[in-house]
Amino acid sequence: MEQSWRRAKAAFAAIALPPLTWLLLFFLIPLAVIWAYSFGENTGPVTIDLTGTFANYLRAIEPIYLEIFWKSILIAGLTTMLCLVIGFPVALAIAFASPRTKTWLLMLIMLPFWTNLLIRTFALVAVLRENGYVNFALEWLWNNASWAMTLAGFQPLGEFEPLKLLYNNAAVVVGLVYVHLPFMVLPLYSALDRMDRSLMEASLDLGAGHLRTILLVVVPLAAPGIASGVLITFIPALGAYLTPDLLGGTDSQMIANVIERQFKRANDWPFGAALSFLLMYLTFIAIAIQTTLQRRADRRGA
Amino acid sequence: MSEAATPRPRRERPGPLEYLRRWPLRIMVGGTLFFLYLPLITLMVFSFNDSRRNIVWEGFTLKYYEKAFSNASLIEAFTNSLTIAFATTILSVILGALAAVMLWRFRFPGKTAAEGGMALPIVVPEICMGVAMLVFFARVMPWPQGLPWPANLGAIIIAHTSFAFPFVATVVRARLASFNRELEEAAKDLGASEWRTFWDVLVPHMQPGLIAGALLAFTLSLDDFVITFFTAGPDTVTFPVKVYSMLRFSISPEVNAASTILIVVTVALTAIGLHLQNRNAQKTKA
Repeated sequence: MEQSWRRAKAAFAAIALPPLTWLLLFFLIPLAVIWAYSFGENTGPVTIDLTGTFANYLRAIEPIYLEIFWKSILIAGLTTMLCLVIGFPVALAIAFASPRTKTWLLMLIMLPFWTNLLIRTFALVAVLRENGYVNFALEWLWNNASWAMTLAGFQPLGEFEPLKLLYNNAAVVVGLVYVHLPFMVLPLYSALDRMDRSLMEASLDLGAGHLRTILLVVVPLAAPGIASGVLITFIPALGAYLTPDLLGGTDSQMIANVIERQFKRANDWPFGAALSFLLMYLTFIAIAIQTTLQRRADRRGA
Repeated sequence: MSEAATPRPRRERPGPLEYLRRWPLRIMVGGTLFFLYLPLITLMVFSFNDSRRNIVWEGFTLKYYEKAFSNASLIEAFTNSLTIAFATTILSVILGALAAVMLWRFRFPGKTAAEGGMALPIVVPEICMGVAMLVFFARVMPWPQGLPWPANLGAIIIAHTSFAFPFVATVVRARLASFNRELEEAAKDLGASEWRTFWDVLVPHMQPGLIAGALLAFTLSLDDFVITFFTAGPDTVTFPVKVYSMLRFSISPEVNAASTILIVVTVALTAIGLHLQNRNAQKTKA
């Protein structure tokens, strides 16, 4: 049983004070300061007056910024969906592998996770750029196809045009999927691993195919895992800064890039603060939706 | 999965639930691993390539490693990153363990709020935390300029600890769930002081959680770019920030070499950590 703090006041103080003080001083106060700034105005190059104005929030819901918010949600949503579509079969295969293979596959999925995010994104740039390996492979295929056509007596294909795979929205989505795939696979795996397999066997014995069994039996059983995988992929993807910055073009800015610009080049801290808090509220809404769905599912299950 | 234990002839059809032995899933898993590893492996391989264009293999060389090692600012950034990661790990393990014990052991008013507050740094988007730290260290608590190394890294260490210690707390608290509270009472009945009980009974039980948490804090700190990008000054550059600015100019094989070193360092440290943890787990079992 938990102990009441009154029964051991000294111990409680010694244990609770350091983490709580740290949290207050170096996390809550900084957040409170930008929250206050979001109601302020720039009155000089470095002075901000806290006037209690809502102008920053009004500016944030102008069409141009609303569009960026919407676009960030779309990109993060698409990323999450792709991660789910790729991650589910992978997690399924791992969950049903032999114990040895399972350990190895899990290690292989986790390993990129420990490598620096910046390095991973940079590695992707080297693969996707115009003189990168993907275009290199395509060129090779193209030239061979061209050679094969001349052998067959046709006109050779024209000069190979490298594809522009970088600096567009698709590159951002590819980059985000690349970075966030382990986030999706691990919760899915742990849900599938815990699942009661006799239900699947029953479904297969009663004549349902594999696809029907997976869609009608496995997916509902793994729903909590899917929901948490979706959430922990969606949240970081929504606030992603580095991926759109390095892989995106001029039109693929996400909300984090706009926030960064307000705090660095544009030097409009109050507006950047308002945008930050809007992004945070969006994150909280996503968490709240997930929690509500989860609770409803639990109640149905009980 | 009892049938997995019995040896089966090679060419038999896969059992109903052996999804990994079915070709669509094999292609899926293989494709995913290829997608995850192709960029990293090419990056590492081409750090040994004797060509500036960095695309055709032109022979083995170590010259980019020599270049990276003689690049003083790169080495400085690397040292900074490791120093910050070590300091962050120590602070986060202490604070995280205390937070975990606080939430596990006590009933107190405002506990739900404390739990929520501890979860906040985990869910708040990195960019928001980054700008909050920027404003905090610019206006509220300016970190003195021109301090000798490593004191000049203080602001970054504080920022990293703020997001890393709640992760440690989560890991340690999960471990504490399996602790038998009666052991603590027994120790106290036998006359051990509060401190002795904590140190000799609770801490040994928490140890695997502490190691896992330390590992997590270290990697989180070493990996972080966004929050550091906002807290770092011109003379406190970390490795990711340095690589980022090198990328802004041009992609040179030197960056490949430096990145390869960092990948090897992190993977090696994680392997050591996991090994320690496994050995510990076996010791507890035995």
